[in-house]
Amino acid sequence: MDASRTDAAFLDIVRQAVPGAAIDVVPSIDMPAASVDRNHLVAVCDVLRTHPDLRFELLLDVTAVDRLPASPRYEIVYLLACLGAAFGSAPARRLRLTVRLDADSASVPTVSGVWPSANWAEREVFDLFGIQFEGHPDLRRVLMPDDWEGHPLRKDYPVQIRKDTASWSPIQLTEEQFTANMRAAREHATRAARSIRGEKQ
Amino acid sequence: MATRTETMTVNMGPQHPSTHGVLRLVLELDGETIVNAEPTIGFLHTGIEKTAEQKKWQQIIPLVERMDYLGPQSNSLAFCLSAERLLGIEDQMPERVTNIRVLLAEVQRLSSHLVWLATHAMEIGAVSVMMYAFREREQILNIFEMIAGFRMFPSYFRIGGLREDLPRGFHGVLKPFLEQMPERLDGYEKLLTKNQVWTKRTVGVGRLSKEETLAMGLVGPMARAVGIPYDVRKAFPYLNYHSYDFKVPTETAGDVFARYQVKLVEMRESVKIALQALDRISPTGVYDCGDYRIVPPPKDRVYTEMEALIQHFLIYSQGFNVPKGECYVPVEGPRGEHGFYIVSDGTNRPVRIKSRAPSFYACQALPMMIKGGLIADVIAVIGSTDVVMGDVDR
Repeated sequence: MDASRTDAAFLDIVRQAVPGAAIDVVPSIDMPAASVDRNHLVAVCDVLRTHPDLRFELLLDVTAVDRLPASPRYEIVYLLACLGAAFGSAPARRLRLTVRLDADSASVPTVSGVWPSANWAEREVFDLFGIQFEGHPDLRRVLMPDDWEGHPLRKDYPVQIRKDTASWSPIQLTEEQFTANMRAAREHATRAARSIRGEKQ
Repeated sequence: MATRTETMTVNMGPQHPSTHGVLRLVLELDGETIVNAEPTIGFLHTGIEKTAEQKKWQQIIPLVERMDYLGPQSNSLAFCLSAERLLGIEDQMPERVTNIRVLLAEVQRLSSHLVWLATHAMEIGAVSVMMYAFREREQILNIFEMIAGFRMFPSYFRIGGLREDLPRGFHGVLKPFLEQMPERLDGYEKLLTKNQVWTKRTVGVGRLSKEETLAMGLVGPMARAVGIPYDVRKAFPYLNYHSYDFKVPTETAGDVFARYQVKLVEMRESVKIALQALDRISPTGVYDCGDYRIVPPPKDRVYTEMEALIQHFLIYSQGFNVPKGECYVPVEGPRGEHGFYIVSDGTNRPVRIKSRAPSFYACQALPMMIKGGLIADVIAVIGSTDVVMGDVDR
């Protein structure tokens, strides 16, 4: 197997740029993988995206794994890619970043300020796993109905379940709820546009 | 009397015929102009990822094929590649199997793009294109029926190889079909590319910049239409794409028309790859990696040999164990990078599978593209993003 595929030596750049961050290389077979502590997550992601030798411009996906009954229970997984030649000198490569979380403190800072595409992906993880994303602009359910209880992809959630929801009825928002949603969406769009232009938040 | 203006809120979907399934858009309108838009998804959420956690590895293939229902074989290919990497059998895969997978993945892309072209053109008003494109897509479905007995979801790719050998007369059917395709594509282009109605509806509509595209995680034809030459087949080669001769088309305008141009060239390139692959495939030969812990033995041996029968029952009752670990091996699907992040704890069922769905991110970026535009352009933009709601909601 090609060893260069999982070579994580470039993470030293991040270790230098974010002193104090606990970045541990995780053995993997498909791409370089590392775990990072939740307190330094955003700083590490920022370096990964902006450092001229890294340029992980593309956040492909955010997801979670429930390792029940193991502890720490949750693993948040970020799949990143640097597209290579099209963006400066950094070679095309991938990286999988994981953050481990205990069941009772299942919250992690949002990276939607670094990559705006994390917005919905984090909403999905919140929806299906019940993990809180601190500072997320619009943390609502995205796949399940708004009035659903529980988080289906948790391992302690039953597979077959009958549940009535009110979602068959037309969604009637109050005017306040509606304007609040619209405002949140607009603010997020402005913030995203600003971060795309490279301005600081 | 003082006049007062206020914006109006309109609900588009989930049952609007041009929202590609069940996408609901809440639009805030100022006259005909869109001030704000909010997509609401989840109407097609069927919990496939949760279901898959209860299934044995081989049973998941029909499930994942139903996610992105216009490009089912690119789903199952991505899933098989991830699982095979974990199993460590990808180096044992015979060249013939790899070539057949390339061939079918490209034919699948062709089929998906044909449906996209048909519906996109019809929504903008070019109904005859729909008839022509569906005519060709019908031929592709017939070919899938020929190889697997199922038109939409063939489940032909299996972990460890293919379900069975190619049917008799496969080359004789596929070759003439592929050879006529360039001419057919010329036909579509004659109807659309210089058609004034078409260009007025598409040029300059739904424009995205390079930075916006990357920030919203858009890949595939959407990214190539703004000039990002990212194609998984070239950047992170899988199967044996490195040995095929093809180009990755890019445009720079980033509007609906640019996406149309990129996809049409992609279809031509797919035909090119498929023809190269077809020449490399012998009509009969090996169709799996030969590891009988994973691949069920052929039926004639099951009926005549004790060991094969035992193996057959083992695989269909217990399944096989996949070594502990995580894996993500993406493919270039019709809508962009598509992959499965799979986690195994060493048993015969996965701990977690997660589809990286390109349509999900395209849906998220919709407001960015339609804001400031006209309400009629919403339909052109949704069509050009080629979202498949099965892929968005899973």
